[in-house]
Amino acid sequence: MIRYLIKKLIILSILLFFVSIAVFSVLFVLPGDPAQIILGINATPETLANLRAELGLDKSFIAQYMDWVGNLVSGRGNRSINYDIPVYDLILSSLAVTGPLALLAMVFAVIFSLPFGVYAARRQNRPGDVTVMFFTQLGLATPEFWLGILLILLLSVHWGLFSAGGFPGWSTDFWGSLKALILPAFALGIIRAAILTRLTRSSLLEVLHEDYIRTARAKGLRERTVIYVHALKNALIPVLTILGLQLGQLMAGAIIIENVYYLPGLGRLVFQAIGQRDLPVVRDIVLFMATAVVLVNFVVDLCYAGLDPRVRLE
Amino acid sequence: MNHSLLDIENLSVYFDTPEGVVRAVDGISFDLAPGETLGLVGESGCGKSVTSLSILGLIPTPPGRIKSGRIKFEDRDLIGLDTENLRRIRGRDIAMIFQEPMTSLNPVLPIGRQVAEPLMVHKDLTKSEAFQEAATWLDRVKIPAARKRLSDYPHQLSGGMRQRVMIAMAMVCRPKLLIADEPTTALDVTIQAQILSLMIGLKQELGMSLLLITHDLGVVAQMASRVVVMYAGQVVEEAAVTDIFDQPFHPYTQGLLKSMPRLRVRGDSRSQRLNEIPGTVPLLTEVIRGCKFADRCPHVFKRCRQQQPELFVIRNGQRARCWLKSYPERRTT
Repeated sequence: MIRYLIKKLIILSILLFFVSIAVFSVLFVLPGDPAQIILGINATPETLANLRAELGLDKSFIAQYMDWVGNLVSGRGNRSINYDIPVYDLILSSLAVTGPLALLAMVFAVIFSLPFGVYAARRQNRPGDVTVMFFTQLGLATPEFWLGILLILLLSVHWGLFSAGGFPGWSTDFWGSLKALILPAFALGIIRAAILTRLTRSSLLEVLHEDYIRTARAKGLRERTVIYVHALKNALIPVLTILGLQLGQLMAGAIIIENVYYLPGLGRLVFQAIGQRDLPVVRDIVLFMATAVVLVNFVVDLCYAGLDPRVRLE
Repeated sequence: MNHSLLDIENLSVYFDTPEGVVRAVDGISFDLAPGETLGLVGESGCGKSVTSLSILGLIPTPPGRIKSGRIKFEDRDLIGLDTENLRRIRGRDIAMIFQEPMTSLNPVLPIGRQVAEPLMVHKDLTKSEAFQEAATWLDRVKIPAARKRLSDYPHQLSGGMRQRVMIAMAMVCRPKLLIADEPTTALDVTIQAQILSLMIGLKQELGMSLLLITHDLGVVAQMASRVVVMYAGQVVEEAAVTDIFDQPFHPYTQGLLKSMPRLRVRGDSRSQRLNEIPGTVPLLTEVIRGCKFADRCPHVFKRCRQQQPELFVIRNGQRARCWLKSYPERRTT
């Protein structure tokens, strides 16, 4: 276990190194001068040059990269050009939205996909299965922003059950904040549930043909026990892989949905930072996202070991 | 008058496949008395396993379906029994051991739980009572340090140990009938002998009936008192085990015996090449008018191709599906 942790940490640091070079290079060659954007098109060449010097934009590629990484490693952190506050604070406040949003979305995804996946598998090729498969196909084909807009139209504008967007903040209004996340989480979750339902179904169907399921039936176990204990525990192993990928992806921020619902999450933060050429913010967020994906995968590995005794963490 | 424990009458099991209807089991009948060991013998694909699975209603439907027949167990017809009543018989009155110990145990559940499960469903034992009993059984099938093994997973055990776990799992409820489908085929020869003697011991102790399904006549000789030989979904010969070995009637049974490897006795210079039965089992999708073995039979003559023979009585307790009964002069070799 210790060895496994150390191995994971080494992988993480190598990954972060390459991600940092990649993101830095891409942003370095990206057209658009941050100084120009801050000062506007009427700025004189001298003020532009002064600001560039102040931001360190006139230094070489290597020097700028070392500045950035140096700040991160030494713990000083980088500052947002635009807001002039530490990027760390920006990420933390956005994460307070994106984290709960991602988790809630996955809760919705699991709540819908497991029962429907099991239901469809047990009624393979019969009307119940065909109906479920039809809706998952629909879910796969539906863009999440469109579903988000539909939900706003129906539940917020028409019935007035939810607010149409915005986020009051956890400390001001806890329940209001939770309520603000429900619709976007539902829109994100239901689309992901479509994939997970199909996966649960196919995985379960495969497991149901295994010899040990025949053994379980030959023992006279109830069909419920056969499905939910003997089959599902095996069938969930591949489902967990995709679930982990989805969660990692959501932790990196749901750019479109956060924009549809005006949620101040990571996706919206990075979207705005790119538009404003707020380079330190963009760089730090991308690094953070890479870390988040690795960490989620780490948790998934731990869950594997819990589900499948043959998996040893090494 | 009927004192058999299991009585299969005219059972047919068909599978609907894209290539046509496969007549996996085509009108077989045999019975099994309490305490008896019956060997069900034949090549792969002759319908042995399908027969055994249909007894417990474990034929996957679709594509499989029981076309006709009766499976009487203690005066109840298992065909047409509702799922709940069938479930109560499975594992309690009739238990089963399968061929592949590597894949027949659930890889993600501890073996203690898997052995204890039948007790919890059928005997209403509490979890701790059931695990207690499971440990006793693991000990009886000679798994060393049984109590400590309860929380082991199948991948931590060898093939022979897993088959012992399968046996313990089948025996915990003390079934009246044990169906063993090729119980030793996947095991090393030395382990085979251990498993067989374990099964013989437990059978004598519990007085249950045993339906032993195998292609290995050596196993049959060791275990069974009566033998049913199947070919292409039909019973071709049925006899006491001594008669099968001493005076087999059906050319297929004779072929099976000749294809058994034997140790050469020292000083015996006769060439001991292994005999094989030429040809292969006919496609079960074809409708064959005459005898299904005709294409491979060394004694085949006109009538064999025209009309299917019935099971003729050869002598007391021995029956064979072969026209040679009516035309003994045709047996030339």
